[in-house]
Amino acid sequence: MKMFLSSGLAALLATSLSAGQIWVTNEKDDTVSVIDTETLEVVQTYETGERPRGITFSKDYSRVYICASDSDAVQVMDPNTGKILYDLPSGEDPEQFVLHPDDIHLYIANEDDAITTVVNTQTRKVVAQIDVGVEPEGMAVSPDGKIAITTSETTNMAHWINTETQELFANTLVDSRPRHAEFAKDGTQMWVSSEIGGTLTVFDTATQTEQAKISFEIQGVHSDRVQPVGFEFTDGDTHAFVALGPSNHIAVVNAQTYEVEDYILVGRRVWHMAFSADKSQLFTTNGVSGDVTVIDVASRKALKSIKVGRFPWGAAFRP
Amino acid sequence: MSNNEAKPDDPNIGTKMIRILALIGACFAGQVASAETALKIGYLRVDMPVPPTLSNLDPIPENIGLAGAQTGLQGNLTTGKFLSHSYEMFETVVPEGNDPLIAAKEMLSISPYLVLDAPAQVLVSIADLPEAKGALLFNSSASDVSLRDTDCRRNLLHSLPSDAMRTDALAQVFVQKRWRDLVMISGNFSQDISYATSMRRSLKKFGLKLSDEKTWDASADMRRTASQEIPLFTQSLGDYDAMILADEVHDFGRYVLYNTWQARPVTGSEGLSAVTWSPVIEQWGAAQLQSRFEKQHSRKMTSHDYAAWAAVRTLGEAVTRTNSDDPKVLRDYIFSDAFELAGFKGRPLTYRDWNGQLRQPIAVVHPRAMVAQAPLEGFLHQTNELDSLGLDRPESKCEAYQ
Repeated sequence: MKMFLSSGLAALLATSLSAGQIWVTNEKDDTVSVIDTETLEVVQTYETGERPRGITFSKDYSRVYICASDSDAVQVMDPNTGKILYDLPSGEDPEQFVLHPDDIHLYIANEDDAITTVVNTQTRKVVAQIDVGVEPEGMAVSPDGKIAITTSETTNMAHWINTETQELFANTLVDSRPRHAEFAKDGTQMWVSSEIGGTLTVFDTATQTEQAKISFEIQGVHSDRVQPVGFEFTDGDTHAFVALGPSNHIAVVNAQTYEVEDYILVGRRVWHMAFSADKSQLFTTNGVSGDVTVIDVASRKALKSIKVGRFPWGAAFRP
Repeated sequence: MSNNEAKPDDPNIGTKMIRILALIGACFAGQVASAETALKIGYLRVDMPVPPTLSNLDPIPENIGLAGAQTGLQGNLTTGKFLSHSYEMFETVVPEGNDPLIAAKEMLSISPYLVLDAPAQVLVSIADLPEAKGALLFNSSASDVSLRDTDCRRNLLHSLPSDAMRTDALAQVFVQKRWRDLVMISGNFSQDISYATSMRRSLKKFGLKLSDEKTWDASADMRRTASQEIPLFTQSLGDYDAMILADEVHDFGRYVLYNTWQARPVTGSEGLSAVTWSPVIEQWGAAQLQSRFEKQHSRKMTSHDYAAWAAVRTLGEAVTRTNSDDPKVLRDYIFSDAFELAGFKGRPLTYRDWNGQLRQPIAVVHPRAMVAQAPLEGFLHQTNELDSLGLDRPESKCEAYQ
């Protein structure tokens, strides 16, 4: 009997390890949809503040942070109950944020104020506010935690923040309307997408100089409509999956050669994405069609689309 | 801002005021030793008499246009502070009856970069001034097709869409909705006549039928209120799919809606309208521009504001990318393939190298929501779908750009 119990428990643990959830913010429904990565179905819908966009989990997944842009707050939710625990001070119109590797500091882009706000999630106090360009949005932090990045959509720059002094130490121009930033390859590279410019710029982190520029071409779609927004790296940073907005495609970019290897048709106006636990599946948020496309990463095929709330925007994985 | 400067009225030069609106260099002295590139942008408004209209419900904001330029300047300043680029704007208003050319000359002696809010013939006269040779002038106010056609000038760019771009946008909607049989009521003001001419051209271009037309004559024997006159006035038009109003001064149009003899949609200057900008545009990050503008000016952003904004941002974008304040360098960059303006319309905005028109999508809206954005899906073009709106290269008789 004892034997049976413990093996049963082991089996239960095994499923819960491979399974997981994708949390999606619905910008115009003021909700988050929770998708089970096994059944590929929406299992929960929780209410949030107004216009939820950026979403991220604490390291131990015990809290989920949500940018409620029009409520001018970062909300902290208990992912087990869906209850909003409290709001963090965030500055006005928080759109996107990134959690520092210390699990304490949130770097928040305040879109209306041309400011990046740094909040201590434990003391719930604003630590610093940093002047950046017009309409800051994309946020990233290096794996060693020393550099934070804010991209500004109208100033068309990546702003490099020294996280020790909370001051800018470099500002680098990119193509029009940068939307998203990510560090890659152990932080040696920093990638930025430019929505209107239609490109991805790869920076060398040490020198903040441009290493490569990636552009896209989809047959039958005018280049003006190919608008890179969110992107994520596969295991080992070998490839980047790039959401191309109103062209309704995800591009697969080889992160060594910078060549585009594939285009995958997804839902309409694809914004952001999140991988499953083992990175075998990718979930993309499709703003206009109000759904999430599930992509099989190995075969680079779209498997299914899952209806969520209105205008899904951000996505984050939770085991 | 520091360093504000005011110049007393000087009737001899016909300017009401010259005001330095913003001087940046000094403000960021702590961050940068000195601004290496400094751009002065002049904003010239030539006041024109406003025709009387039936309704006074919607007063025209005092700072229309200028407010957009100021929001554009704010964007340029924020970007410029990271690059040691500084911007200043100075403004001149020429009162009715004064000579705008004297003011223009004065401004051109300060800077070759002017944003102009003036009627078409004044724009051409300014562009033809010897002082304007090599200048970069932006038309933010005149939608006349002629300025993009035979009356074009090499130094005059157009950030405001032409009437043809707006009427082509509506015609695309008519095609898509299968409203093939149209009728039109036109006002008598020159803006109305020019809009109606452009609409006739667009209907022909897209293979639509204009089965009847009437002119709204304000001096006709209209003894009852407009709402009582309109059913009778429109009865003779027979049946049709949609009614077009050419009422660009917004005189009678608002009374036509829901008062027509036939229950048909009303479009054109009222009802379903094709516009440069509207408070109902929220996609493509537009919500951010709208809220930034509203915060700064406590009112909604209009088409006129947008055109002035786009002109100032065009200059800012060119300075940012070229690191230059030389008009020739900036002009070359603006007309190069590298230039693109993120204009919150979902596509990069660029300039047509055959007539200086800023290429842009056109929103088709009613007062509460956007209905469509032209170019509509399916209206293809061999080089750029945006060129299905307005005078395309082979259509324009502009020679100054050749």
